[in-house]
Amino acid sequence: MTAAFVLQGVSKHYPQFSLSDFSLTLPEGQIMGLVGVNGAGKSTLLRLLTGLAAPSSGDIEVLGHRLPEAQVAAKRKIGFAAEDMRLYRGQTLAWHIELVRRIYPEWDSAYAASLLRRFDLRADQSVGGFSHGQRVKALLLLCLARRPQLLLLDEPTTGLDPVARAEVLESLAEVLRDEHRSVLFSSHNTHDVEQLSDSISFMHQGRLLASADKERFLDEWRRVLCVGDVPDALDAWPELVQRRAAGSQIELKFRRWQDDLPERLAQVGLSVQRIDPMTLEDIFVTTVRAGGRQ
Amino acid sequence: MYQQIVDQITARVMAGDWAPGQSLPSIRELAATSGVSVITVKRAYEDLERAGVISTRHGKGSVVSERPDHARGLLDHHLDLQLTEAAATAARLGLDRERLHQRLDAVLDTNPDAPLRAASASAVDAGHPPATTPHSRKGTDR
Repeated sequence: MTAAFVLQGVSKHYPQFSLSDFSLTLPEGQIMGLVGVNGAGKSTLLRLLTGLAAPSSGDIEVLGHRLPEAQVAAKRKIGFAAEDMRLYRGQTLAWHIELVRRIYPEWDSAYAASLLRRFDLRADQSVGGFSHGQRVKALLLLCLARRPQLLLLDEPTTGLDPVARAEVLESLAEVLRDEHRSVLFSSHNTHDVEQLSDSISFMHQGRLLASADKERFLDEWRRVLCVGDVPDALDAWPELVQRRAAGSQIELKFRRWQDDLPERLAQVGLSVQRIDPMTLEDIFVTTVRAGGRQ
Repeated sequence: MYQQIVDQITARVMAGDWAPGQSLPSIRELAATSGVSVITVKRAYEDLERAGVISTRHGKGSVVSERPDHARGLLDHHLDLQLTEAAATAARLGLDRERLHQRLDAVLDTNPDAPLRAASASAVDAGHPPATTPHSRKGTDR
């Protein structure tokens, strides 16, 4: 398996924030959604992967290049867009396109033209007059038309109206056609990453809480409603992540769901009322709340 | 999203839009056009293959199975699952077999758009030569 990137035991310490002991791999050709609340460390992680920040310890390899040593070679094949990136306010989008085209020989003019139409952007307009959504789409266009092998996008859908959001997600979906291109994109919103992502990583307070194929996440978690007296022994079950009263019923959330669990619940005197799969958002919130005690 | 992909493909095969032996879009192509992750489409294809609706030849992609009745079998299975679920809900409500039957009949009777009419009506439909049915429908549309 070729990897788009490999992080091994990576830490990055800032005075106010630390990313600790982070190990994560993205296989080539996959889209990974990185979900975390504001301040979880998503931007720090992306900056480490782009070579914009050096790790305090640990190993980072991107597209076969070790960072930060081989960052020049890696950066040629990485596309990075973050919403706080600045464009030259007094210049037009066409001027920015020309600038990037001269730096990157892989620039695809036909693709850039089609993205202009899809994003409904005017190349002759100076970017100072762009709305937030237009600026995000302009940044994405400058990134996508280089056809980078690894796209790193920091909150590409945050603050976008529903139409712009759909346009951005559709343009990302197109990247899927090429099995050698990979995407890591972050969001504080599970809905934004859910549809497109092959794998999902949850991070919180600088740590990786969970990372797995999206389908596996959804398969492994269940919410169970039951009635009866909860035996103390139940809290020791490794599969049980959360337990709380919901009226006269008891709500249990399980990770690593096993088909024999309803039977085992019946054996300890709990009568199962219903079993439901959980949404990714519910899984994320439950994981964050349980994060301290894994 | 996964179920949507499975349903769409099954529906197209059953309707004959996709003929037996016809090539399906590649996993990546379908993922890109429908905006769904590769892993989701891949899983849908694997399940459709297991159900016999499509078959995959290594390196050649997937084609619609030569036995299109498999698509019907898959829907059949889906209906069984839904009925099992309905039976479980009925049990929680304390309904007996008789009451559950009545409730199902009530749903069929009260919903004027339900394609399933009383048994006698469908028998009449089946008795007509197929060509006349579309004609009579066109007439009522106008």
